[in-house]
Amino acid sequence: MRIGVFVCHCGSNIAATVDCPSVAEAAKMFPDVAFATDTMYACSEPGQDSIINAVKEHHLDGVVVASCSPRMHEPTFRRAVERAGLNKYMLEMANIREHVSWIGKDKELNTRKASDLVHIAVEKLRRDTPLVANKFDVTKKVMVIGGGVAGIQAALDCADAGIEVVLVEREPSIGGKMSKIDKTFPTVDCSSCILGPKMVDIAQHPNITLYTMAEVEEVGGYVGNFDVKIRRKATYVNWDNCTGCGLCMEKCPSKKGFDRFNEGIATTTAINIPFPQAIPKKASINPESCIMLTKGKCGVCAKVCPTKCIDFEQKDTIVEDKVGAIIAATGYDLFDYTVYGQYGAGKYPDVVTSLQYERMMNASGPTSGHIKRPSDGKEPKNVVFIQCVGSRDKSVGRPYCSGFCCMYTAKQAILTKDHIPDSNSYVFYMDIRSPGKGYDEFTRRAQEQYEVQYIRGRVSMVFPQGDKLMVRGVDTLAGEQAEVEADLVVLAVGVESSVGASGLAEKLRISYDSYGFFMEAHPKLKPVETNTAGVYLAGCAQGPKDIPTSVGQGSAAAAKVAALFSKDMLESDPQVSKVDMARCVGCLKCVETCPFGAIKEIQDRGGNVKAEVIETVCQGCGICTVTCPQGAIQLQHFKDNQILAEVNALCQAEMSFE
Amino acid sequence: MSGRNELRVEGRELRIVGFLCNWCSYGGADTAGVGRFTQPTDLRIIRVPCSGRIDPLFITRALVAGADGVLVSGCHPRDCHYAEGNFYARRRLEMLKQFLPVTGIDPQRFEYTWVSASEGARWQEVVTKFTERIHGLGPAPRIQGGSGYDELCLRHIEAGVLQGETCPCNKEKGL
Repeated sequence: MRIGVFVCHCGSNIAATVDCPSVAEAAKMFPDVAFATDTMYACSEPGQDSIINAVKEHHLDGVVVASCSPRMHEPTFRRAVERAGLNKYMLEMANIREHVSWIGKDKELNTRKASDLVHIAVEKLRRDTPLVANKFDVTKKVMVIGGGVAGIQAALDCADAGIEVVLVEREPSIGGKMSKIDKTFPTVDCSSCILGPKMVDIAQHPNITLYTMAEVEEVGGYVGNFDVKIRRKATYVNWDNCTGCGLCMEKCPSKKGFDRFNEGIATTTAINIPFPQAIPKKASINPESCIMLTKGKCGVCAKVCPTKCIDFEQKDTIVEDKVGAIIAATGYDLFDYTVYGQYGAGKYPDVVTSLQYERMMNASGPTSGHIKRPSDGKEPKNVVFIQCVGSRDKSVGRPYCSGFCCMYTAKQAILTKDHIPDSNSYVFYMDIRSPGKGYDEFTRRAQEQYEVQYIRGRVSMVFPQGDKLMVRGVDTLAGEQAEVEADLVVLAVGVESSVGASGLAEKLRISYDSYGFFMEAHPKLKPVETNTAGVYLAGCAQGPKDIPTSVGQGSAAAAKVAALFSKDMLESDPQVSKVDMARCVGCLKCVETCPFGAIKEIQDRGGNVKAEVIETVCQGCGICTVTCPQGAIQLQHFKDNQILAEVNALCQAEMSFE
Repeated sequence: MSGRNELRVEGRELRIVGFLCNWCSYGGADTAGVGRFTQPTDLRIIRVPCSGRIDPLFITRALVAGADGVLVSGCHPRDCHYAEGNFYARRRLEMLKQFLPVTGIDPQRFEYTWVSASEGARWQEVVTKFTERIHGLGPAPRIQGGSGYDELCLRHIEAGVLQGETCPCNKEKGL
């Protein structure tokens, strides 16, 4: 084998603390090294050209580049090596910038370390074999999970790009949290007026298949070829025939059911359409409150339904589909505010959450847009908003900022004044966080134009006094205790990962952080990709964010899917495990340990049990290689002999010294 | 390589081998570099895709072959790029830790930890502390028969990997 070594100066990034020419000189001593040189910027066009020329001139069949982290430029140099006519996997990198020149000050020690790293790269490269990527077909269909605004945007953008879309939503209607919101900041637009048309587009788009009351049951396969199973929960109404007339709702005698859409500030009938603009506008029965389904007699809805679509016998059904990509846009849920016992939430009826307050202000809400105290129905004159309920509070396990609560609190305070002109609003806050176009101006307007009283400090307790509530806290700017008499207290409840998010992440084989938010592939540069190929993220599933950012991510995820589907064939990474059939004893330990189900049991011609790797499913972790008692399954490019050779290169000099 | 022995004599540098998973800890070490978090220079890092790829025998081999310390680092549990690789790693490495005293190798010379790609400062701390610990222990006593895999042996393993035979060196050494 003829190896070429290229030691990059990276301007002065490396050369300042590493003697690059002497690293190159030392490299010539390593086995199989036929050529070694140092170069100013290996990644630049002339730098890459010099690698290509050297490969041709010195008949090299492998290249070691000693420069920055392979996490940075490995793809760059793989392409260069490929352009030079070599297999692109005949490249190894020695990370002499991040791991040497930037962290060590002693030039002599750094130079030795760099030379050691080049040595292990050479030893690894000597045992590399050319790898060829497999090509496979792509199913040009995408599944979007979650029908909130992020999912809606992603679905519409994909559909407009000519991609078939399956949209899965677990609630009876799409729309998500945005459909519950009355107005949006900072423009005070009517939320359902701007979301409504998009929801209708979803229903009418020829490329979109919508499943509401449905959840993802199972995901198998891999990028380009996912096999998904979707559970469509029983609605007890035949949606093919339901016209959404709402007659059943009028006649249903069970009227005390929890109204999920209105966040429990009202009750609803057992058979219901969640809200007037629901998409699809179909009725469904809540089996927990339906008299027929709990006690076995009633059936009023079945009698009044003009299209006879009530079906008490309906069961869950499973839909199977094949998709090429998945967008997870499962949104968020609200923090369980009852953890803050001192705020009296859940104890005093006049302490409500911000989303409940939103429903109170909404014209199609249970109070028809009139703000009323839940306890006595009176109009409140003093409204106190408490911010950061479940945000930026380590003591309740939520150290992160939910991002948009400052803004919606300002909006709600402004709207309160609009609804009740002689009212006073008070906001207890920690910091006002309003980055965004027109956001800070908006919070200023709340204070200056709408005379909302902002009190900087936390609230220690809320307690009843007569028919009012006393809010006691601290005003840290005045340095004194603050006590405000309130008719209504609104808690700006923070964001939490959606219920069941971690379970879905496990089905999708994507990672999630300790709060249950899905992990993006790179916090800066790959915000909507995950580390599982073909799975993308949008909206609050990845972390708290406001509507424009969610919409932006929805579009971004759609663009990623469109780019993926622009190819007819995909290439799989050939750095996967491979079974040596002669050595495999068929114990199938690897099958059990593989996290991806990428190894299957087969029988050879003699009927012996063997393991086989499904190349396109294998992600290249190498867990199986360690598990195999025979060393029969080897992760290509990270084979046992390669890693041992690296260990050897680092330790053998010591032996010769002894 | 020649200069290494002098350094050793001077006691300035010891041989520390690191096995780092590509996605978290290798990234964390990169982040430490980008942030210019100065570290001792003793450590040489071998990149593996996942901590689950690290065979405890690699670590044993390094220690037998003359490493003064071995440091392994992966993604935090529950945060593995490959979903559960670090759980396998944790079980294997914990087992190794229990097993090392039996071999006569000071278990203090081996450590495993979890560092994410964003924890550059933490990586600096881990490397500094571990290097200090190894310097405190001094050079590892030479282990009899610990000659490492030589060229020939590696070729045999390679042949074994390809042809399905166990390495004759292993047979000879009774491993």
